[in-house]
Amino acid sequence: MAQARTYVRPMQGWWRRNPYFVRYMIREASSVFLAIYTLILLVGLLRLTQGEAAYEGWRAVLGSPPSILFHWLALLTVGYHAYTWWKVAPKTAPDIRIGGRPLPEIAITGGGWAATVVASVLVYVIVRWM
Amino acid sequence: MADTRTIEIEVLRYNPERDTEPRFQSFQVPFSHDTSVLQGLQYIKDHLDGSLTFRWSCRMAICGSCGKMVNGVPQLSCHVFLRDYYPGKVRVEPLNHFPVLRDLAIDQSDFFESKLPAIKPYIVPKQDKPLAAGTHRQTPQQFQQYYPYSQCINCLLCYAACPQYGLKPEFTGPAALALLHRYNADSRDRGWDERAELLNAEEGVWGCTLVGYCSEVCPKHVDPARAINQNKVNSTMDYFGVRKLLMPKGDD
Repeated sequence: MAQARTYVRPMQGWWRRNPYFVRYMIREASSVFLAIYTLILLVGLLRLTQGEAAYEGWRAVLGSPPSILFHWLALLTVGYHAYTWWKVAPKTAPDIRIGGRPLPEIAITGGGWAATVVASVLVYVIVRWM
Repeated sequence: MADTRTIEIEVLRYNPERDTEPRFQSFQVPFSHDTSVLQGLQYIKDHLDGSLTFRWSCRMAICGSCGKMVNGVPQLSCHVFLRDYYPGKVRVEPLNHFPVLRDLAIDQSDFFESKLPAIKPYIVPKQDKPLAAGTHRQTPQQFQQYYPYSQCINCLLCYAACPQYGLKPEFTGPAALALLHRYNADSRDRGWDERAELLNAEEGVWGCTLVGYCSEVCPKHVDPARAINQNKVNSTMDYFGVRKLLMPKGDD
């Protein structure tokens, strides 16, 4: 049989065609902010090993306006990343069944958020008072 | 019909013998409260332009033939109604990510001739039983393990929703991987090893980046994203050689 001639549509700009894909791309891009934030923390650790002066220098840079702006941006995007993370958690979690019934999605998402809140409060308490 | 109104339906047209690329053509279509998008297309074919080409069969969302992009969203065209788009217009295109054969008809052969057979979409038993041995028995719990995934009607909306398939056509894709899981999850099946190479591959579950839109558009609530991502866990356990230890399937 002769192969029919077909038209293959281009994928260029695919993620702009549907709001669902735009939200997906923001989710993926938000991890870049998380990566940069982690690098900054690692640099801090490195400076700490190099003595007090180096560490204080790193802290001074953290207090500069561009750094504060970045950290606000990072907090926002990582917050969105956390929201999407728990939203898709029911898709990625292993198959957990209680009495033969799958664990409801709300229990996985809700449990994730509960763990996030508890961990955040714990970290805040440790940093603030200990 | 007392409540007949008229809506504009914009249809993608492509004639492989004449056109170098597709174009859009508009039609004014009368409709009433219960006219589906598919019926709108049938009106065009019957009354306005008999050359319009599209697939359909059952008209009741079970055969999986009439999938189209309706205003950019993969839909069974029998399952959406013109009233919900009025007074705006409706733009109907062939399902995304598939080659266009003619007008709204896509070339489905990549799925039906390549992706679907590759996952061995049938029960692979440990050994064939003679008929005299009777039926294979299953508990309701064992049945529930695969039942939702067995509801797939091969309509391909999930492929049209999957940008990874559009960008990398070698990706096995949502429906085939959900069906792969459907058979692996069946207590009567012992085909994991035969399906493992495909499942564990980059073209298998690891080609998925969890966009998740496949599960949103599935008209049968199969949740392919769940099937695929659950199997990233299985695939990892398989890699470390602990899958059979942690998820035994019995010896019968």
